[in-house]
Amino acid sequence: MKQSYDITIIGAGAAGLSAALEAYDDTLDILIIEREKNFGGILNQCIHNGFGLHVFKEELTGPEYAQKLIDLVMEKQIDYLLDTTVLNISKDEVFSIKATNITSGEFIIESKSVILTTGCYERARGHVDIPGDRPKGIMTAGSAQRYLNIDGYLVGKKVFILGSGDIGLIMARRMTLEGATVLGVAELMPYSNGLTRNIVQCLNDFDIPLYLSHTIKEVVGKEKLEKVIIQQVDENRQFIENTEKTFEVDTLLLSIGLIPDVKLFESLSIDTDPLTKSALVNQKLETSVKGLYACGNALHVHDLVDDVTIESRKAGKYAKAYVINQKDIDKKQVPIRFDHHIRYVVPQVVDYHLIDEPFDVLFRATQKHDVLKLVIKQGDQVIRKKTLKYVVPAEMQKVQIKPEDLINDLPIEIMVEEV
Amino acid sequence: MKDKQLICIMCPVGCHLTINEDLVVDGNKCPRGKVYATEEMICPKRILTTTVKTDSKDFPRLSVKTNKPIEKTLLFEALEKLNHITVKKNVKIGDVIVKHILNTDVDIIATKSLVRE
Repeated sequence: MKQSYDITIIGAGAAGLSAALEAYDDTLDILIIEREKNFGGILNQCIHNGFGLHVFKEELTGPEYAQKLIDLVMEKQIDYLLDTTVLNISKDEVFSIKATNITSGEFIIESKSVILTTGCYERARGHVDIPGDRPKGIMTAGSAQRYLNIDGYLVGKKVFILGSGDIGLIMARRMTLEGATVLGVAELMPYSNGLTRNIVQCLNDFDIPLYLSHTIKEVVGKEKLEKVIIQQVDENRQFIENTEKTFEVDTLLLSIGLIPDVKLFESLSIDTDPLTKSALVNQKLETSVKGLYACGNALHVHDLVDDVTIESRKAGKYAKAYVINQKDIDKKQVPIRFDHHIRYVVPQVVDYHLIDEPFDVLFRATQKHDVLKLVIKQGDQVIRKKTLKYVVPAEMQKVQIKPEDLINDLPIEIMVEEV
Repeated sequence: MKDKQLICIMCPVGCHLTINEDLVVDGNKCPRGKVYATEEMICPKRILTTTVKTDSKDFPRLSVKTNKPIEKTLLFEALEKLNHITVKKNVKIGDVIVKHILNTDVDIIATKSLVRE
């Protein structure tokens, strides 16, 4: 352990490990800091399969995917601190990372560059309005997953799930397999928020009903949860009369969205994006603070861990280039604009002084499209067209921009052609 | 018999497949879609992932999976079998925990290493 590093990576989940491997160079000192006792992050509790098809060309479970990355990190003998929590980060000439653990107490590590890979957290009951009593038996799907897969406790026998996010769908199957009865999944939107394959494998396989355009009218229960009452909503999200359905359950799992965990940004004055609820980055995944990079679910919530790895490798590569070159290039950051068909884009800005290779613009659609025709413009000029099929908000899309596509310094605009 | 509509789950692309009674598949972007649709018509199979008990205090559950897809109709029977197993030794990723579960050619293998001091 040194007191000063070239690159420090905060978080040892899929993003942190992938970034570290790409940043690795035998001339650089790299440190990984992880608050849990083990590497792997959330992958450890994701025991289902389906990970790794793009990155490792085989279908892996979460723990297996994590182990592949961990083995590579061990091979390269990258420094790490487990069971260590970062308290805050400040920047003067270099970054100053204040951390704490049980052996050293509070200490400071200096670093030329920092990559934030702190993942995301689940929205809980306090984030949304769920009317009714406040009994026990209501928790996030991810908490139930941890109790079951890591600790070995089934949290209930009769389950209802609010929200069709992937973790909720995965838990519908998992709890069914472990002997619980899952009575249904309610989704406020008229479409599912989970990946198609999870609807097929987790709900359809076990005849679990999915109630689209439904939400909870009331939670009932004195001490323990007794029942949930759901009701259909119209396109303005107003309840439709006489559509109530009552489910007698002991458990309500919430799968109502994930939010990047970027508490560590608070101590730095950093430009943020209200749409992703995280840092605003350029195509090099650099935040508005020079040398500070963000990637993985800490930057925006991904559907696939493979995408987390692909993005984090880039952050690792660019952090390495930043430390090695350390050139002071003036920024020329121009926003990427988009229309109402698109919910958000990453990166949010393009630095025209740093255009040296193709980059991906990732985005999510606001609604479902069988065919989505994209027109990418700079000013009045169309620089690219791309047609995408079966686009749903739950699945991230991407469009690649090549240096030769860019014909001027005007902002890139991503528009959708009505079909 | 009418054509059957399926969504391929072999990878995240999720191709919309159509299969007719002569097992002719349409809509697949890769050969795995054809295999998937044909199997779903004849004998649907799934990879089963779950955990088994261990005698370790730090790691009370060991995550496991079938080394190949198992018939869908055997899922619950396989789980019942696994409920009675306690892993009492160190294992490496890929080690066989149960060989030929339910007399099939499918093995249950560890998806995590379990190492005790």
